[in-house]
Amino acid sequence: MSNEIEAIKDPGLPAHVHRKADTDPAVANRAERQVATMFGVSAFGTVLLIVSYVFVPQDKFIFIPVMGNQNAHQLGLGLGMAISLFFIGLGAIHWAKTLMPDTEVVAQRHEFRSPDSDRKEFVEAVKSGAGAAGLGRRSLIKRSLGAALGLSALSPLLLLRDLGPLPKKEFETTTWKSGTYLVTDPGNRRIKASDLEVGAVAQVLPEIDDPEHRKLSDIGKDAVLLIRLRPQEFNLEPEKLAMTHDGIIAFSKICSHMGCAVALYEQQTKHLLCPCHQSTFDVTRGAKVIFGPSARPLPQLDITIDSEGYLLARKPFSEPVGPSFWERNSQ
Amino acid sequence: MTIEAGLGTVANYVDERTGAAAWMKKNLQKVFPDHWSFLLGEVALYSFVILLLSGTFLTFWFDPSQREVIYDGGYAPLEGLKMSAAYASTLHISFEVRGGLLMRQIHHWSALIFMSAIVAHLLRVFFTGAFRKPREGNWIIGIGLLTLGIVEGFLGYSLPDDLLSGTGIRIAEAIIQALPVVGSYLSYFAFGGAFPGESFIPRIYTVHVLLLPGAFLALITVHLMLVWYQKHTQYPGPGRTEKNVVGYPLMPTYMAKAGGFFFIVFGVIAFLSAVASINPIWLYGPYTPGQISAGSQPDWYMGWLDGLVRMAPPIETHAFGHTISWNILIPGLIIPGILFTGMALYPFIESWITGDKREHHLLDRPRNAPNRTALGAMSLTFMLVCLINGGNDIIATHFSLTINQIMWFTRFGVLILPPIAFVVTKRLCLSLQRADRDLVLHGRETGTLLRLPHGEFVEVHEPISPEKTYLLTSHEQAPALELPAVDAHGVKRAGGLRNKLRARMSIANAETVTKVSANDLKEIEHH
Amino acid sequence: MKRISQYRRHKAAGPFLLILALLAIGTTFNVASAVTSSQTKAVDRSVLIEEGRQIFLKGCSSCHGLNAEGGQIAPSLIGVGAASVDFQVGTGRMPMADMNTQAMRKAPLYDAVETAALAAYVSSLAPGPEIPAESSLNYERDGSTAEGGELFRNNCAMCHNFAGQGGALTQGKYAPTLMGVSPKYIYEAMITGPQSMPVFSDKTITPAEKVSIIKWIKAAENEPNLGGASLGRVGPVTEGLLGWVLGLGILIGVAVWLAMKAR
Repeated sequence: MSNEIEAIKDPGLPAHVHRKADTDPAVANRAERQVATMFGVSAFGTVLLIVSYVFVPQDKFIFIPVMGNQNAHQLGLGLGMAISLFFIGLGAIHWAKTLMPDTEVVAQRHEFRSPDSDRKEFVEAVKSGAGAAGLGRRSLIKRSLGAALGLSALSPLLLLRDLGPLPKKEFETTTWKSGTYLVTDPGNRRIKASDLEVGAVAQVLPEIDDPEHRKLSDIGKDAVLLIRLRPQEFNLEPEKLAMTHDGIIAFSKICSHMGCAVALYEQQTKHLLCPCHQSTFDVTRGAKVIFGPSARPLPQLDITIDSEGYLLARKPFSEPVGPSFWERNSQ
Repeated sequence: MTIEAGLGTVANYVDERTGAAAWMKKNLQKVFPDHWSFLLGEVALYSFVILLLSGTFLTFWFDPSQREVIYDGGYAPLEGLKMSAAYASTLHISFEVRGGLLMRQIHHWSALIFMSAIVAHLLRVFFTGAFRKPREGNWIIGIGLLTLGIVEGFLGYSLPDDLLSGTGIRIAEAIIQALPVVGSYLSYFAFGGAFPGESFIPRIYTVHVLLLPGAFLALITVHLMLVWYQKHTQYPGPGRTEKNVVGYPLMPTYMAKAGGFFFIVFGVIAFLSAVASINPIWLYGPYTPGQISAGSQPDWYMGWLDGLVRMAPPIETHAFGHTISWNILIPGLIIPGILFTGMALYPFIESWITGDKREHHLLDRPRNAPNRTALGAMSLTFMLVCLINGGNDIIATHFSLTINQIMWFTRFGVLILPPIAFVVTKRLCLSLQRADRDLVLHGRETGTLLRLPHGEFVEVHEPISPEKTYLLTSHEQAPALELPAVDAHGVKRAGGLRNKLRARMSIANAETVTKVSANDLKEIEHH
Repeated sequence: MKRISQYRRHKAAGPFLLILALLAIGTTFNVASAVTSSQTKAVDRSVLIEEGRQIFLKGCSSCHGLNAEGGQIAPSLIGVGAASVDFQVGTGRMPMADMNTQAMRKAPLYDAVETAALAAYVSSLAPGPEIPAESSLNYERDGSTAEGGELFRNNCAMCHNFAGQGGALTQGKYAPTLMGVSPKYIYEAMITGPQSMPVFSDKTITPAEKVSIIKWIKAAENEPNLGGASLGRVGPVTEGLLGWVLGLGILIGVAVWLAMKAR
């Protein structure tokens, strides 16, 4: 079929059209002046940068329409740098476009594959080389070499072993123990149940002896959100209800999806939203997932009060907090 | 002595010591075709150079340590707070080092533009078929650079240890932790213990400033050497063939243009950094795992990944005392893995479908490769839908939508819209081919009306130039592969299903509007 | 009456009435502030309550019920306190224009006196959070910006964003921007928990800490743009958009010019 169709012939490269600057010296001189002006503007930019660096204090602000109050130091440095660089580029390109040769040049391409004879010899050389080494015949060598190479890759992996300790049971434990008091974050003050009105929330952490040196890795597992509802608003199984105190319910603030802090509590709908991936949890139903990618409710902390009315944990978390991991036993 | 004579002396000096005259002469006259889309890769290259320069500046003051310090710098709203040395030193760069904030912004803006330019360059290469033989290897290097760029960018975003970057690391840790069997161990090894620990930032700092830039330099060098050696592709047109390359010589025209363009890229990035704030880390505050900001997003090149994670269905498997988080693994690792592997292998897939093993140096006009163009539009749609979901909270508040609506729209849209984009794009390409055919056969509509003797009005059509006629008809139209199920001896071929698939795809690929031939034109002239 | 109405269209009528209205408001303000310190406080208060009840019956009772007991579409106002009324009415959120969307900040319908009357009436129904005294909100004098920032990031940033610009909640609800909100209303919002917002009790975040939060919000609001245009302070989304549109946009523009043949 393709033989029958006669393709339209290539008319060849269009004739070169001369620029005005090629024929008219006045135009060429004007182009030269334009290029020089651009380089001159660039120099002005550098001056602006130097002046801004040396003379404009860092806390000086100027008002620029649309943009508002701007730091004059930063703006002067940046604009100076931008002008000095941009106009060098503009000048160089204008120079190239108007004054340097613009006749299109044709270069020939050659196919990359070598002549068949060369290629045949090359392929033969590879084959005979491999044959001389006996790669095909000496299977014992081939296999043992493969095994040795594979095994040698283990050593760098092994040497990386000391990057960190083994997790042991640390993913499953937090600082919360039976009887740990809830304290505000920040502030480290104990909280009474009566301190929270209906509709109130509080960000809390477990009380520790040295709150000044609380580790971030502990906050990453211990952070808890305290929410007070009307007790009749709960729709919980009896054992989960028993973990609340007079309408106060405590959830791990570390998202069961990817570990962001889940703390967007909507008082009217009683929903908790994670701002990272928008998993939505229903507080009245024990932080059941009602939207988004999280597959598990937030772990609930069992809380009660002491004789003076201060809130404390009755038990540690009964399941690991935060994102899932292989060893996590959800049964 | 004139400049010319001076340079001549240098050339002599160099040749006497290296004998490079022949090689240099050839390469100084090397021809580069000129087209704006060929400069997208240059934008990426130049922003990489800017990243190296500005990054080096930042390392002079940045302290990559998660050691806890009490801030006593110049920024009052953070005075006396506990924070990591990394964050405190980033504040120091921003407020006390003169020009430090500008350099930080240049570094971040050039990272964003580096990634946009890579993607734009990749799209140009894909849609014009520049990845075909002999450039498959360079395509794979390009995909490698894109992947490294995403990782490198994410590490840079994580280094300042502000609330946003800490949130990003937290999510990365969750992905590591979700890996079956080894996840919790890998997480403990990477972080030197429990998240966030004190090891991660010093470690990724070394990767960010040494290991990955080294890998970048190596890959970019090979990428450019291959472009140099294989010569640049060119767009089709009169006088341009598979056997030549038409353009400007390196010295002086192309050198001046490309060199000037470096300054343009640097200037534009400096301008952006002067007028537009990026990542104001002092407002985010230091990272602690108990805090979060509304609208926490990654930079745009990770946005599609975040959007994909957001739209994932809530599925986990709990069995035999183990947990597998499909809601993290599928969007976080499996889908990106499939996408990037598919992208890397595409040149081989296409040549398998077309059976075309020849060299190609002339680019395709996207309309003349409808299947490929449609596939590109389909992938782009997929990415855009994911990207939209990655910013769904910002979009919701700015366009009076709800995050739930956008989430549901993208959950279905990510499955439905890409195939629609494929079909629409393919039809569009074929219509454009038809329009090309009409243009060649009937010429350009002049808008001039002519009244014929019997009263009828016709529009005068003007024939198009021979150059244009050639451009619109010079492309190849390969027929579909003939892959009979039985061979010449009547024996059924092996791999029947594979063959059938290949035949089907080949037929779809060959769907085209027949281009005008010389015979057609002659026939028209006779009328 | 006829004589007055003939000046209705006089060109000075508008300004005259405006001045009159301003005088009236000013006088009422003076009276209102005077009554609190005078011995006739109780009597005036009951007048104010009655006045508030009348406004309530006209403007609010159709939704909130004749005795503020709440209805199908609106919650009970018994026990919400004066602070809640002052916040909701003073910021124009109540009365609501459209029941289908979230109550938004808009120009208030009632003036300061009417709002005070409404607040007095509602707080007379049952005790609740009181309007904070101006003297306790002196954020310029009291509080610590850094401490306020830490509290803000722990308690507020998850909804209102790291710079108080607001953010999305579920089902189209949103946390509004905190820019340009007066300290009194910020304080009232924290103690009353309007709409989706939870309550922040005085024991978990003390009044002094609340002033620190306000101090930080005001510092963020007044902070000049240190690194150039703020791009809305909403994070990487607008930055990415600008990088593509302006950054790559300009560069492609220059590239097109570069590759164009000069004439």
